[in-house]
Amino acid sequence: MSRALVLVLAALAVALAAAPGAALAAAPKVDLIDVEDEVMCVDCGIPLNTAEGAQPDSMRALIRDLIAQGHTKAQIKQELVAQYGEDVLALPETEGVGITAYAIPLVLGAIVVATLVLLVPRWRRRPAAGMTSAGDEITGAPASPDSARELSEADAARLDEDLARYDGR
Amino acid sequence: MKRLIAPILAAVVALGLVGLLAYGLMSKAEDDSIEQAVARGDFPPAPSAALPVLGADATQSVAALRGKVVVLNFWASWCVPCRTEAPILERAHKRLTASGAGTVLGVTYNDSAPASLRFADQTGMSFPSVRDVGTKLAERYGTNRIPETFVIDRAGRVVDVFRGQIDQAFIDRALAKARA
Repeated sequence: MSRALVLVLAALAVALAAAPGAALAAAPKVDLIDVEDEVMCVDCGIPLNTAEGAQPDSMRALIRDLIAQGHTKAQIKQELVAQYGEDVLALPETEGVGITAYAIPLVLGAIVVATLVLLVPRWRRRPAAGMTSAGDEITGAPASPDSARELSEADAARLDEDLARYDGR
Repeated sequence: MKRLIAPILAAVVALGLVGLLAYGLMSKAEDDSIEQAVARGDFPPAPSAALPVLGADATQSVAALRGKVVVLNFWASWCVPCRTEAPILERAHKRLTASGAGTVLGVTYNDSAPASLRFADQTGMSFPSVRDVGTKLAERYGTNRIPETFVIDRAGRVVDVFRGQIDQAFIDRALAKARA
């Protein structure tokens, strides 16, 4: 009985000792570089990781403070929005000219789809009118006896002549 | 006619994109309409927005200060000239509050609240400041570099502007104009 109790207590002690480590492993470690490349320097309008100057340095100082306080990346970005506004996130504005950043890819996508819908059937029809099959183009051999294109006598004679000249070299 | 549809559509799309680019560039251009109006003597109404007061659970706006002279100053903790001109603003604030004529109202620009509070403490700033998160109010004043100072009369009109670090002469001249 006492042995079982000792075993249970030992297991509990091991579990308690491992708990902080497990918690740390569960929370992804954040560093400045992780956050810097996902936010903007609000004063210069470029990504923070490429910005230099007093304002971006003050943003970095805030991020370092938040990291030191144990905030996650999501919490840090949330706090940056609270301090500097939505512009700090590297996302286009949802009003004014910024909305075109969302609209233009949609419009261009629609144009590409419409163009493909119109042109693909034409491209598919074109080879059928020009030649009997893809096999003709590659090998020169007829795809089937019915579709064979025979040389005229004159062409056959000219071909023989050319081949003979070639062989005679 | 069918053959023309594709080139016409392409031209329309290209023109649209060029127009959009032009609009984008123009909308980012500097807005100096306030100082132009002030220079003409047409004192424009001061843009206003209710913004959170730095370090307090309250809001403040230029409109709420109608009837008083307001020295509106855009500043940030990371701005070196802001630190240099802070004593001039502090003196102006003491003069205005002592006479009951008005106040200096700071507006923080692209600055975090903890950094702004530290700066206010270090410079001995006793005048209130509001936090313009997202710089929406700054945009309405055409502010994109700091420090910038706007002097507003009792009727809520901008009577003088200074984009850059102010000196005592500017404040004296602008306050005389605002109190006239």
